Amino acid sequence: MESYLFPFDSLICMLLGISFTVWFTLLLVFIIVPAIFGVSFGIRRLYMKSLIKLFEVSELMLSVSVILQRGSAEPEFDMSDIFYFCRRGVESIVDDEVTKRFTAEELESWNLLTRSNYNFHHISTRLTALWGMGVLIRYGFLLPLRVTLAFTGVGLLVVLTSIVGLFPNGRMKNYLSDKVHLMCYRICIRALTAIITYHDSENKPKNGGICVANHTSPIDVIILASDGCYAMVGQVHGGLMGVIQRAMVKACPHIWFERSEVKDRHLVAKRLSDHVADESKLPILIFPEGTCINNTSVMMFKKGSFEIGCTVYPVAIKYDPRFGDAFWNSSKFGMVNYLLHMMSSWAIVCSVWYLPPMSRMEGEDAVQFANRVKAAIARKGGLADLLWDGGLKRGKVKEVFKEEQQKLYSKVLVGSSEDRSRS
Amino acid sequence: MGSTNSTLLKIPNVEVLMQETGFSPAHIIRLHDRFKALDKEGRGHLCPHDFGAIKELAMNPIGDRIIGAFFSPGKETVDFHTFVKILAHFRPVDKDRPKEPNSPEPINSRSNKLKFAFQLYDQDKDGKISRDELLQVLRAMLGMQVTDEQLESIADRTIQEADLDRDDAISFEEFRKSLEKINIDHKMSIRFLR
Repeated sequence: MESYLFPFDSLICMLLGISFTVWFTLLLVFIIVPAIFGVSFGIRRLYMKSLIKLFEVSELMLSVSVILQRGSAEPEFDMSDIFYFCRRGVESIVDDEVTKRFTAEELESWNLLTRSNYNFHHISTRLTALWGMGVLIRYGFLLPLRVTLAFTGVGLLVVLTSIVGLFPNGRMKNYLSDKVHLMCYRICIRALTAIITYHDSENKPKNGGICVANHTSPIDVIILASDGCYAMVGQVHGGLMGVIQRAMVKACPHIWFERSEVKDRHLVAKRLSDHVADESKLPILIFPEGTCINNTSVMMFKKGSFEIGCTVYPVAIKYDPRFGDAFWNSSKFGMVNYLLHMMSSWAIVCSVWYLPPMSRMEGEDAVQFANRVKAAIARKGGLADLLWDGGLKRGKVKEVFKEEQQKLYSKVLVGSSEDRSRS
Repeated sequence: MGSTNSTLLKIPNVEVLMQETGFSPAHIIRLHDRFKALDKEGRGHLCPHDFGAIKELAMNPIGDRIIGAFFSPGKETVDFHTFVKILAHFRPVDKDRPKEPNSPEPINSRSNKLKFAFQLYDQDKDGKISRDELLQVLRAMLGMQVTDEQLESIADRTIQEADLDRDDAISFEEFRKSLEKINIDHKMSIRFLR
């Protein structure tokens, strides 16, 4: 019995060994090495183009099936079916290259992810088969690949920044730290299959400034940091995040606050100003909205970062919802859940616009300056410029705004009674 | 709001436009940017050729009908005001708007949205959708997926169900009645234009 199984056993081992080696070599050559040098084979863009074609095909199947399969044998038509095409047509007139699809909440064409399939039930076998294949590919092939890359990227980040931290402070250390950070973030980008288009790179943030961007998900950080070197700002975490933070700060100065320090606005402002005043330190990366917005609008910018009085480099980030919704609703999903969602999507496609630097003008206070920057970001990214405070997701309306409304209302009341008394 | 204000000032009669259409200044600016992008030769108005250059519109089965909706009969060009006013049809309905008795009906009302859709069918603008016009639209939307006989029977059935006064054509009132139960706001609105 046993001798019968033996050659079989070693054959399996050999096959496993070979496939493992092949797999690893491919990974190294096609993904990790380009990440180190910052070049690209263009594999991801090719992948994106084929995905778009796939969505178009599935959309065609869907739209025709929806119209044809209402009823039993005879295809039935409704006068309202024209609305679908009409709306799509007008959408294409209104949209432009800058902002592709705005329907992040409801996709007209199904991108073969169940989580965005609200109204479409089993419509045609072909479509369901396509979806099934999609599931296999995403969970069976893409997810393990991405998780491997993610672990590699994070692991390398921790190890290499700790090594760089051993160097004495100076140009060599800064150079190495930049290279190490960029390389690890690029691996993480590939771990998410993020396809990013950077526009106007001549406006990239420089030392001694603050980079300000709209916030949709924690991935924003990775997206920006893989194209330039920034000093991060954030709260000190425990666990794995804490390990990463401590390692990163050994290589170059990031700004991590203890939980208690975050409340002290003056302390925060002082640390930021000190950092900015030092020309040799990297530009600070800040997300003034304070919470993740669902990427269709830019909510109010908190004025804290705009009081520091240095050059602000605004950046607009817009995700293409066709490939996967990058929005993180932190009150609904935890971080791990969210990352799993991201890694089992098709891809993350987004555009980044570097806007020209702005400074506070004479006679402009911090709030006005913040609004000005916000309007510029919303306009570039094609995001609707909303007045609402993003913190509303969790808290109540700030007293100041309530007061403003009360003032207006009282003016109307008092004004109208005055008119009455005059007449 | 420095840069946004200066762009708004360049657009003539922008206050009237905002009031008639209900668009916010931010939207007007975005639409103005888009208008300028479509107007590649910088003439200040658009012609059918400019719309035809939009790839997705060219692929749309009723693309040419939609383009036709922008040009009133006899006119060969569309200026920014008309552009915005037509697009205002696709604004989502303002649910919290107070109903003032003497103000004109907003462009994005349910009735006006229906009128816009009606004119996509009624190409000769005689106020009725004839059987031929219906067949043309059906053929455009369904392409080669159905046979001629199926097309004819669909058209027959549609007219039979909707045509109440038996004149073998669908008037606007009959059109409106057949779509009573449909959520027009959802189907004929583009969310980001809110």
